[in-house]
Amino acid sequence: MSNKILVFLEQRNGQIKKSSFEVASKGLELATKLNYEISFVTIGSEISNSSDLKEFGVSELVHLKNSNLSEYSSSAYTQLLKNFALENKATILLFSNTAMGKDLSPRLAVKLNAGVMSDLIALEISGTELIGTRPIYAGKALEEIKLVSDFKVLTLRPNVFKAEKRETASFSVNLKEIAEVDLSTKVVEIKKSSGKIDVAEADIIVSGGRGLKGPENFPLVEQLAEVLGAAVGASRAVVDAGWRSHSEQVGQTGKTVSPTLYFALGISGAIQHLAGMSTSKYIVAINKDKDAPIFSIADYGIVGDVLEILPVLTEEIKKIKS
Amino acid sequence: MKIVVCVSHVPDTATKIKISADEKNIDSAGVSYVINPYDEFAIEEALKTKEKIGGEVYVVTIGNEAAKESLRKALAMGADEAIHLKYDGYLDSLNVAKNLAEEIKSLNSQLVFMGKQSIDFDNCVVPQMTAELLDYNSISVCVSFSLDGNKVTCEREIEGGKEVVESQLPIIVGAQKGLNEPRYASLKGIMAAKKKTIQEKNCTFTNNSVELIKIKKPASKNPGRILGTDVSVVPELVRLLREEAKAI
Ligand SMILES: Cc1cc2nc3c(=O)[nH]c(=O)nc-3n(C[C@H](O)[C@H](O)[C@H](O)COP(=O)(O)OP(=O)(O)OC[C@H]3O[C@@H](n4cnc5c(N)ncnc54)[C@H](O)[C@@H]3O)c2cc1C
Ligand SMILES: Nc1ncnc2c1ncn2[C@@H]1O[C@H](COP(=O)(O)O)[C@@H](O)[C@H]1O
Repeated sequence: MSNKILVFLEQRNGQIKKSSFEVASKGLELATKLNYEISFVTIGSEISNSSDLKEFGVSELVHLKNSNLSEYSSSAYTQLLKNFALENKATILLFSNTAMGKDLSPRLAVKLNAGVMSDLIALEISGTELIGTRPIYAGKALEEIKLVSDFKVLTLRPNVFKAEKRETASFSVNLKEIAEVDLSTKVVEIKKSSGKIDVAEADIIVSGGRGLKGPENFPLVEQLAEVLGAAVGASRAVVDAGWRSHSEQVGQTGKTVSPTLYFALGISGAIQHLAGMSTSKYIVAINKDKDAPIFSIADYGIVGDVLEILPVLTEEIKKIKS
Repeated sequence: MKIVVCVSHVPDTATKIKISADEKNIDSAGVSYVINPYDEFAIEEALKTKEKIGGEVYVVTIGNEAAKESLRKALAMGADEAIHLKYDGYLDSLNVAKNLAEEIKSLNSQLVFMGKQSIDFDNCVVPQMTAELLDYNSISVCVSFSLDGNKVTCEREIEGGKEVVESQLPIIVGAQKGLNEPRYASLKGIMAAKKKTIQEKNCTFTNNSVELIKIKKPASKNPGRILGTDVSVVPELVRLLREEAKAI
């Protein structure tokens, strides 16, 4: 019996999430390098995009299905995954570090007496060991750790690991109907925030800070987000001032994001803001103060008045998009 | 009913972090420590709940001698009792959870509040681990909490919105910003907290699940380019984003 990796693929609204494709991809890479077997498992009711997994190298998806599990339940999911891990003798369990993955993975870890490496931004193999790197102290330092428990539970920061295309010859869904589930904790309703793209999931984020001067100027931020298909983010200063809602806040007390492109508009770049966005791939800063700390991590900066620059920037991007 | 709050003692977010020579720790010289900000929301919610349904609020920490300061802070806010589980080594999350679970069990508490995350190592795992060890329910990252008899309803933040989650006691609730506005300690509270005795206990860390290899500085990014100082550079920015970064 060879060793096995289990990859948990998260679905919301019947769709496997983008960040789960990233985890699947990393799982396949590890399985090849470590010479492990690999299983992919999802939990839910109906799932519509599972065949998309094929072009990422997944040949079989195990779907643990129950009509009461279209939404998350920590009790039911933990129980099901524990059984699945033990039956399949999986010792490495991979999750995405999403709201669901963060909630579920530590509970599962305890069932397996395992440690957790959460929110990894790098994962290397050294010999036969997995070495994880994760930000600590709000991103001011990184720690390199490894798990010494028999089972190993890992969560990967979304948007950091790339979903690589790898064709497989075939793809099938192995549907397992689950008769009874433990719903002692269950989601009874989802309250969507204003129907737009969430910062935690966006590939491009356009964030505004106090330099915008007032809530009346945020339409400028929204217009740029609109032409880019981006999410609108905010600094804590503007959330605390009541200009924007907390769901948009990026940073230590808001959301941690790693988009491909992050615009910091009129944001000074306080350490708690950087904590939430410093792993973004490209950072653009517009600030009238040339000494603003945000410039120390920005790839491209413009020193100037954001209220003047924003409308021009939106127009220029519109031009190339049309 | 005994309501338990678990708090951790952490470097203030604004302090500079210097890595010690052995790369296993940070230099604590000059670092100011505070109660973990999320744990203040946890304390506030515990106090509010006590005001509604009665009982006593117990605050528990695992940490070195200095961690007592965070217990004092919780007492000053209004907690009734404080327990210090003394430990001065690497705080392996699974072992932290095991020790907290033992303490919660011996207090026989059915309602426990923790922060969603400790801002030193940002793990986000101890509340869920502790709940699983006790076979309690748990809801993490909560921005609202209500208790009706045994029934617990919370809203928890997720990508793109909130989940309304229903569960029941016994439970561990992880507090996120937005849950409430933590009260300030009154002068009277601060004076009273100084006089209270903090119960001290030893705790055991065996077979850590995590091994720290080293702590390092994040690779410093190459200093970015300031493209210019007015709107005239906007087309150049757009060109770079498209051709160099390939991000738009
Ligand atoms: C425990 C704790 C947690 C925190 N968590 C978070 C968090 O999650 N997220 C977060 O963002 N913050 C957080 N903070 C707050 C953080 O310290 C800063 O106060 C906050 O990020 C500042 O927001 P800002 O950059 O919008 O405002 P400011 O710091 O006031 O910066 C405004 C910037 O706009 C520039 N500006 C002004 N006018 C113009 C103009 N016309 N054109 C261009 N630029 C202009 C200024 O030069 C300045 O740099 C936290 C703080 C603490 C203590
Ligand atoms: N050493 C500790 N002592 C007491 N409670 C802790 C400790 N570490 C973590 N916790 C609790 O668990 C929460 C989440 O911490 P963590 O999982 O470490 O991010 C914190 O907000 C505390 O409520």
